[in-house]
Amino acid sequence: MNKQFWPPLLRIPPDDKKEHTMNATEPARLDQPASRNALAMVRVPQFLRSWRTTGILIPFVVLFAFLCLKSAPFHSTHNLINILNQQASTLCIAAACTLVLVAGGIDLSVGATYGLASVVGGELAMHHSAGIAMAAALGVGLLVGVINGLIVTVVKISPLITTLAMSFVVSGVALKVTQGNLISLPPSGAFYLLANMHFLKVPSGVWLTGALVVILALLLSRTTIGRYVVAAGGNAEAARLAGVRVNSIKLMTYVLSGFAAGIGGCIDLSRLSSAEASSGGNTLAFTVLAAVVVGGTSIAGGEGSVWRSTIGVLFVALIGNGFILLSINPLYQQIVLGGILLLAVGLDSWFRYRAQ
Amino acid sequence: MSQVVDDDMHVDNTGGDLVAAGVSKQYGGVSALSNVSIRLEPGKIHALIGENGAGKSTLGKIIAGVISPDEGSVTLGGKALSLRSPRDAIAHGIVTIAQELTVVPSLSVAANVFLGSESSLGSVIRRGEMLRRYQEVVAMAGFDLPADALVGTLSTADKQKVEVMRALSRKASVVIMDEPSAALSTNEISALHGIIRQLAQRGVAIVLISHFLSEVLELADTITTLRDGHLIATQPSSECNEQSLIEGMLGRVQTAAYPVKSLVDDSAPLLLHVEHLSAPQVNDCSLSVRSGEILGIAGLVGSGRSELVRAIFRDAPLRGGSVVLNGVPLPQRSPRRSIRAGMAYIPESRKELGLLMGRSIRENVGLSRLHALSRWTWITRRRERDAVQEQVDATTVKSASLSQVVRSLSGGNQQKLLFARTLMCGPQLLICDEPTRGVDVGSKRAIYDLLAQKAQEGMGIIVVSSELEEILGLCHRVVVMRHGRISAELQGDDVNEQAILAAAFADPAGR
Repeated sequence: MNKQFWPPLLRIPPDDKKEHTMNATEPARLDQPASRNALAMVRVPQFLRSWRTTGILIPFVVLFAFLCLKSAPFHSTHNLINILNQQASTLCIAAACTLVLVAGGIDLSVGATYGLASVVGGELAMHHSAGIAMAAALGVGLLVGVINGLIVTVVKISPLITTLAMSFVVSGVALKVTQGNLISLPPSGAFYLLANMHFLKVPSGVWLTGALVVILALLLSRTTIGRYVVAAGGNAEAARLAGVRVNSIKLMTYVLSGFAAGIGGCIDLSRLSSAEASSGGNTLAFTVLAAVVVGGTSIAGGEGSVWRSTIGVLFVALIGNGFILLSINPLYQQIVLGGILLLAVGLDSWFRYRAQ
Repeated sequence: MSQVVDDDMHVDNTGGDLVAAGVSKQYGGVSALSNVSIRLEPGKIHALIGENGAGKSTLGKIIAGVISPDEGSVTLGGKALSLRSPRDAIAHGIVTIAQELTVVPSLSVAANVFLGSESSLGSVIRRGEMLRRYQEVVAMAGFDLPADALVGTLSTADKQKVEVMRALSRKASVVIMDEPSAALSTNEISALHGIIRQLAQRGVAIVLISHFLSEVLELADTITTLRDGHLIATQPSSECNEQSLIEGMLGRVQTAAYPVKSLVDDSAPLLLHVEHLSAPQVNDCSLSVRSGEILGIAGLVGSGRSELVRAIFRDAPLRGGSVVLNGVPLPQRSPRRSIRAGMAYIPESRKELGLLMGRSIRENVGLSRLHALSRWTWITRRRERDAVQEQVDATTVKSASLSQVVRSLSGGNQQKLLFARTLMCGPQLLICDEPTRGVDVGSKRAIYDLLAQKAQEGMGIIVVSSELEEILGLCHRVVVMRHGRISAELQGDDVNEQAILAAAFADPAGR
């Protein structure tokens, strides 16, 4: 079996929950005769780490190469930039959702928040300046994030239920805002330019997304806040006793994901010059979740990386793009995506089981 | 020989000797066990000892059928034994009682005892029948637990009793006990020893894996010593003593088990003042710690020791009283503030409350001190690496690199990492709850040395421990707890085993 082709989730489980029979860590203890085992000890974690990375990277590269060979239009600059442009909002939201997942939470309300932010921005952009519209859209995103975070950390309702309930509430509010109508903006003006200016042939929406993704990736991997996020998701109780403000950290991740949903909403409103209360919704939330999980972020928290989520999003997007270019019935696309997700989670469980 | 366990009719497995011959096991190219042979006889207690990583648990698991050896064979009564699952092992009368208990907290005692072998008609559980069988098991065990109590509400010792009853109900012929007394207090341990002896008298072959040499010497008929996966010796316990066992485990002569106690200056400043502290399971406790002093907190499990230190660390709501560290009162519930104020706490369970098991040494050790290793939240990698390396060296953690995942370290090294994390904050007061639980002999000594050294440097230390020996060997002063209250404070020559036990079991006045 060529293990490197198994895409996602080949990662170390965040915590060995229960060692069913005995002290299962014993055989893996490589530190006793220090010199003899020194080599093996170095190799195991690094191997696993690169494995986790290659788990998503290699399938992505293979799929990319395959599409290049099979379809000439695929590797045109136009098509590639177009993919990035279409995925801009998803990428923003997935990057922030990665942090929520790593901190041990989940956010199913991002799709609805995205929808609300875009319609609020759209309504205001029709009569007010682009700045006010954008501030309101982002403010709405932040507000939803704060409410989610407070309910999860203070009221202590499970994040799954909290954000699911919030997604209904937020969708309802969005419908109320638009009265069910489609909002349509003129393809000009300041708001239009937000995502549609071009720099080096790449639209500004993509640049904006890139900046946000890089900031969030660095936040997670290189800052104290990122470490606390990992600690809060890996072992909340241990983190708290080590002096980490676990609740503040969790709250922050929800605020970030609400904010990112707001940015995503703005980008798409500007890009498409239209908004609808029902855009996004649960489909977007689950697409993001699937991409993040396919990227190898642990659904149980304590493990994950933003740039792997980015590849996860693009991997899912390439499948969609490939279906269109190879003129395969798009009906199968969802089936394939579901299969990949199951494969990802299934392999994860299998490796977790074997690690015990 | 029929070894089928029917739901209602158990076949007694008097299976003869269980022999593991020349078994070897490798994990990822590392030899965990090489060419080890042992023979377990019915009615005998066979102890396996060795440092963490010596291969005791691996051998236990091979006998239990949880893992299969790469080489060698396991036979029961002359017949080759190949077990595919825990259920299969149980059918052969082999039962494991693990260090970490495998009871279902939300089920009753009786339901746990008969878990997987319920009396049932179709799949409808026959409650009356089960209670009758439960009474049989109680009669066999010689101790009683309420059949319908939820296991989650029981103490660790009682949960262990549930496991023993489960083993009895399955007519086990081989019982493997991995560190059965690690989480128990003194009186519970003696009860457990009685149970183990009784099991042996019934003709059960018992494998006892333990870090407690006195326990091993007291209970075992035969002792097998393992070191680095090799069998060092199998001897009758009558021929062994603690010194010879330690030599066998370490491969060298161990000097005194505890470092020399430093003297505490009576004029040393008082670091910690706890007055009339009341919190959940803690009633009106007052104590103080001087700079350079090691204060022991003894008492039975459940006497409120851990709750007291957690309240001192300000991780429990206060119902009354005060905690003052160095003149600074700590009224709010916030471990974070306590750490900033100069307190450090090492919890009793490193896996649940201490470490991020799936993360690196670097991340685990730096966690409490990251703000000092970063600039505007940006972690300065070099500074972090140097600081972590310094603490890892100071606490003698053995590891290949700082990016090694904590789970792959031995218990001793994991425990040392917790010390490294707390010491990095430069605390004035260090609270450690069970500092050497599940730690091998060599690491224990290293931890004792570290504590003694820090005390000498002026740190105040509180040690909570179930091991009397540890309290006696380390502490300058001892506080004994009973039912959430301090029942005695012992100092100098008054600190001895009898006095501590007397206070731990004392009936406090007014109750």
